[in-house]
This record gives sequence, structure tokens and C-alpha cells, in this order.
Amino acid sequence: MSYAAGVDVGSTQTKAVIINEAREIVGRALIDTGANVVKAAENSYIEALKQGHIDEEEVEYVVGTGYGRYRVTFGNTQVTEISCHGRGAVHLFPNTRTVVDMGGQDTKAIAVSADGEINDFCMNDKCAAGTGRFLGAAAEALDIPLGELGPVSLQSTKPIKISTTCTVFAESEVLAWIGKGKKIEDILWGVHQSIASRSAGLMRRVGIEDEITFTGGVSRNEGMVKALEERLGKKLNISEECHYMGALGAALFAHDHVMAGRAPVSSTAEVTS
Amino acid sequence: MTTTDATHDLVGRGNREGAALFRDWFAEIDETARTGGQSAYVFVMGSLNEILKTFDLPVIFPEINSLQTAVRRVAHEYLEEAEDHGYSPDVCGYVKADVGTQLRGGEHPMGQIPQPSLSVLTNACNTYIKWAEIWERMYETPTFTIDIPGTREAGGQTWQGNSDFEADRKYVETQVRELITLCEEITGKKFDIDKFRQVLTYTNTMSRSWKQLLDLNKSKPSLFNALTDATIYLGVANGFRGTEAGAGYFERLVEEMEYKAAHGIGQTIEEEYRLLFVGVPCYPIFRRFNELFTDWGGQFVNSTYLWFASGGSNRGFEYDLTDPVASLAEGVLISVRDAMDAMFHQNEVLVGMSEDFDIDGVIYHPIKSCRTVSTGLADGRRHFSEETGIPSLFIESDMMDRRVVSEAQMKNRIDAFFEGLASRRLAAGVQG
Repeated sequence: MSYAAGVDVGSTQTKAVIINEAREIVGRALIDTGANVVKAAENSYIEALKQGHIDEEEVEYVVGTGYGRYRVTFGNTQVTEISCHGRGAVHLFPNTRTVVDMGGQDTKAIAVSADGEINDFCMNDKCAAGTGRFLGAAAEALDIPLGELGPVSLQSTKPIKISTTCTVFAESEVLAWIGKGKKIEDILWGVHQSIASRSAGLMRRVGIEDEITFTGGVSRNEGMVKALEERLGKKLNISEECHYMGALGAALFAHDHVMAGRAPVSSTAEVTS
Repeated sequence: MTTTDATHDLVGRGNREGAALFRDWFAEIDETARTGGQSAYVFVMGSLNEILKTFDLPVIFPEINSLQTAVRRVAHEYLEEAEDHGYSPDVCGYVKADVGTQLRGGEHPMGQIPQPSLSVLTNACNTYIKWAEIWERMYETPTFTIDIPGTREAGGQTWQGNSDFEADRKYVETQVRELITLCEEITGKKFDIDKFRQVLTYTNTMSRSWKQLLDLNKSKPSLFNALTDATIYLGVANGFRGTEAGAGYFERLVEEMEYKAAHGIGQTIEEEYRLLFVGVPCYPIFRRFNELFTDWGGQFVNSTYLWFASGGSNRGFEYDLTDPVASLAEGVLISVRDAMDAMFHQNEVLVGMSEDFDIDGVIYHPIKSCRTVSTGLADGRRHFSEETGIPSLFIESDMMDRRVVSEAQMKNRIDAFFEGLASRRLAAGVQG
């Protein structure tokens, strides 16, 4: 048996996915990136190998992706996370035509074709408004663990409108609302709505077409899922693998290389002759 | 001369000679500053160089001075100086680098910049008008603004023979004659119509050559990089407009490019993808920005910058020497209007060009500093995509301010764009 792997080194977390010849996920891992990017890539990969009970020698090809893709020192090649999220989303949800990837530092809207090719994409500009970092700032200001942001926000009955789009100013605005005695869940739902609004704007720039798949770390936040669905008026494709979508896409590209390397000699000769 | 000798002599000559001329130009500017000579501040869109050269007034392009600070990686010092003086981070970077230069008494990495004896501008850019007011306030510099009427017909431009066009031409001509009178007053010289005709003759050669040059880059492989090499050509086109040196330079440049085309000599990087550039270059990381594309075999074969920053020379308009002042007015009207209207009319040109130049992709580069050239790009891109289906990339940064240029984010977008181009090409190959 041979395998292909993808390692997605993101700004906050590093993900690794290993797939088999049938392109099924057989091992995966997720760790905090931290300051040592090279180590994070190695550790996530080792963890995924362990989880799948796979020997490193059995992995034929590794693709690195994410901002730290060039620091995946054991990788055979690199592919951007834009291409990887598109590829992964179409693999998991074949009718996907729009992908929204919300990560720690940026949010991407990606228009994809039926075979996972990228038709267009758009990302947030050089600030973190509308990204996972925006949620992180709110979590810090409200002293709530990241994982509880979504569930708490869903308890809102009178949402507060967060007017600023700047992550730094959002923190002051959140504190100002607390000072005015507003409920935490109402403030949080306002934060989610604000991010959903900015993300929907990015998606409109590439054109929103059914089906929409939500990927990246923030896709685990049920408050964000609801806020985006309300904003778009559409259901989103979500799965447990969405957080690993970049790494999955990278593994699929790695799988392509494995298969290309096995092309029968006779067929290659036909093409070139 | 053998082919090898000719290749050695010709290939790269335009870049070498252009760089030398550029240095000569700034040496003259520096000399003017140190000797207290007269000079005119002008802008790339409608420089009126032909009038000023007739009066032997050295021309200074504050836009070019500013971008040079960015290319030489010191723009931040000038920008911060202007911001410390109270200018907002949102104000045009060109303006702020110039303000920084003026606050430093004309100190610039290319030499000393003199104070202006006169500033000449058009309304091609709203900022020009406000910018010149700064010099007016600082130095009591006489400021002459030529009002160029923009497009007068919905969906198209008016041309010779149309009554609106003729009225516009006369309106511009009256202003040009007022400028001549002002130059006579400032320099104490009488306007020499014969010298003026000679200046126009040189400009005619340059405009004709500029158009030929752009057309020649349809060659495969392309002959010059429309982003990097062409910026050298642009410097000469602006600084030496209406001069014998400028005319000779462009004739020799065309000769070089014709030779390269005839011998299939392209650029140093193998050409995988032919690209169009729309907007203003990213000067703070000028060479690196280009490498982000050439690393993938992407070559810029044309650029809208070569249209509006050449003052509309891409139209190849040639002056009628039998009625020179009226013809200058007509040329200024057509060229500046074209530069001003480029964001509305450039789409049709880009669509046509995509076939002529066999384009694989278009790079739209809006910049924080300049609403004038950036505002229409999102609509333009949408229109272009619908018309041609050719992939395009939208990347935002700035032409001056390193603080808003994120190379890592830029590289990510550019890499993804080329991954898409590669996968399309692969799919087309499989289908074919």
C-alpha cells in the first residue's frame, strides 16, 4: 500500500492529512503552529503517521501548503492553500462551486469548477478584520475560551451591531458595550454577524454559486456557521474534515503526483510521438 | 558586422542608454538647483514639455522624483517626514514624498531638486491641482492649470470633425497660448516658433516610435518587459520629450526591438505565460514584484501604465507643423483625454489587445495611494472577464508605501493564480 500526504502550515495551527490510493483519509493530525514552523510541520506529520499506523517509507509524495508551505522541509513540492481548499472542498462535496475558508489570519472566498480548478478567488486585505483573529480578539476581551464563542453567541436575543471593521478597535468596542451593561451573548452574536457580513462581501466579489462549502478552523464554530447561513440565505456544506481541508487538498495533489509517476510507459510514448 | 557582433551591440542597448540618459537628466536638474536656474514642475499626464523645451526650461516631474525614492528604498523616510508635518497616511504617496523632498530643501537620492519657477498641470488628476497649490503656498510659484475636457459622448469619445471636439480643441488652444505668454514673462524670452516646430518634430518621432515599440512586443517571445524595462523607456519618454536626444533614443530603441524580433531574441526568462498589467507598478519592491511573476515564467508584454504615464503617447499622435500651436492643443486634448478616460475606455482596448498579444492572463493592481487609477479596476476586471474568459488576478498594494505592501500575501495570491493557469493549460492539453 502506498500513501500521499498533505501538510498545511497555517498561521495558528498546522494540519496533516494522509490518504490512501483510494483517496480516503487514513491519518490526520492538528497541532498549534507556534514559533517553530519547521518543527510544527514535522510534528503534525509524525502525529498523522502514528494515527494511521503508517510507516514514513510508505508515503510516496508530500505536498506542503499554507503560509509555511516552504518550511515543510520534507515536502516534495508546494501548492497554495487557495488551490488546496478548492480541491479538498470539491473532493468532499462534489457540487461545491464556492468555498469560504476562514482561518486564523485570513478569509478566502474561492470560486471552483466541477473538477476543483480555481476560477477566481478573493482574500481579505492586509488587515485581520473578518478573520478568525477577529474572533480571537473578542474572546480575549470577553475572557471566554475560543471553543465557547459559538455556543454562547447562539443564546443571543438582542444582538448588538458591531460597527468597526478593525480587529484592534473591535476589542475596544466590545469593551465599550460591556461597560454599557450589554449581555455577552448579544455582543458575541454581533461579532459573528460582523464577520459574516465581511466574508459575504468577499464571496460576492467572486460570485456566490451553490453549493457553498465552509472550510478552515472557524468552520467548527456553530455560531459562525449560523451567522453566515443567515447572511447568505443558504445552507453551507460543513463536515468534521473542513478544518483539515487545506491539508486534504494538498494530499490530493500529492496523490496526483503518485498516480502520474505510475503512468504506463507505452501511453507516455503515444503522447510524445 | 556579424550577427553575433550586432546582437552584442544592440541587445540591451535601450536599457543601457536609457539609464545613462536618466542620469544625465538628473545631473541637469541637480546643476539647475545648485546654480539657482529656472525650472518647471510638470506631470506625466499632459506635461506641455514642448512649450517648456522651446523656452529652454528644464522640466522636473515630481511624480518621477517620488517613485525614485521608492525604487531606491528610501520612500518611507520622505513619507514619514510629510506625515510628521501633518499629512494623513491616506494622502497620495507621490504627493507626500514630494512634500518630504521640499521639506528637506530639495534633497533627493538622485541629486538636488530645484524649487520651481513655474508649475504646469492639467486636470487629468484631481490631485495635481491640490499638489501644485502646495508649491504655490510654499514658494509663491506661478501655477498654470490647463483644463482638458473629458469624454463628451456617452459610451465613446469625440474626434476631429465633430463640433464638440472642435470646440474643445479651441478651448485648449486658448489656454496653450496663455501658457506661452506666461513663459515669455517668466523667462524673459520671446516665443520662437521655428524652435517650437523643431521640438514638435522630435516629439513626433518619439510618439511614432513609442507606438511602434508597444506594437513590436506582440512578438513571440516578447522583446521587453512591459513592467521593468519599459519603466526605463517611460523615464526617457517623459524627461526627453521634444528633444533630439529623446527622438534619437527611441529610433535606436525601435531598431533594437526590430532586430530582436527578426532574430527571435526574447527576454532572459523563458516565456511561459504572456501577461497584461493594469495599473501602477509596485515601486517599493519593484524588482521583486516582477520576479513573483517571472519565477513562474510570466512575462508582462503590455501595460496600461505605458499609456497614461506616457501622457497618451500610445496613440502615436503626430503634430501638424503647418499650424503648430493649434496642433499641440489637439494633441494634448487627445492624449490627456485618453489618459484621463483610460479607466472607462481601456476595457475595449484590453479586450482587443488580449487577442493581438495572445494574452494568458491580466494582472489588475489597484493601489491605496491613487483613487484616480484604481477606482474603475474592479468593474473593468469584471467586464474583461465576461468578454474574454481570460483569467485575471486582482492584487492590491501601493506604488510608494512599503507599509501596505505585504509580500507574503502577494506571493500567495500570485502563486495561486499561476497554479490556476497551469491547471487550465493542462486541462486544455488533455482535451486537445
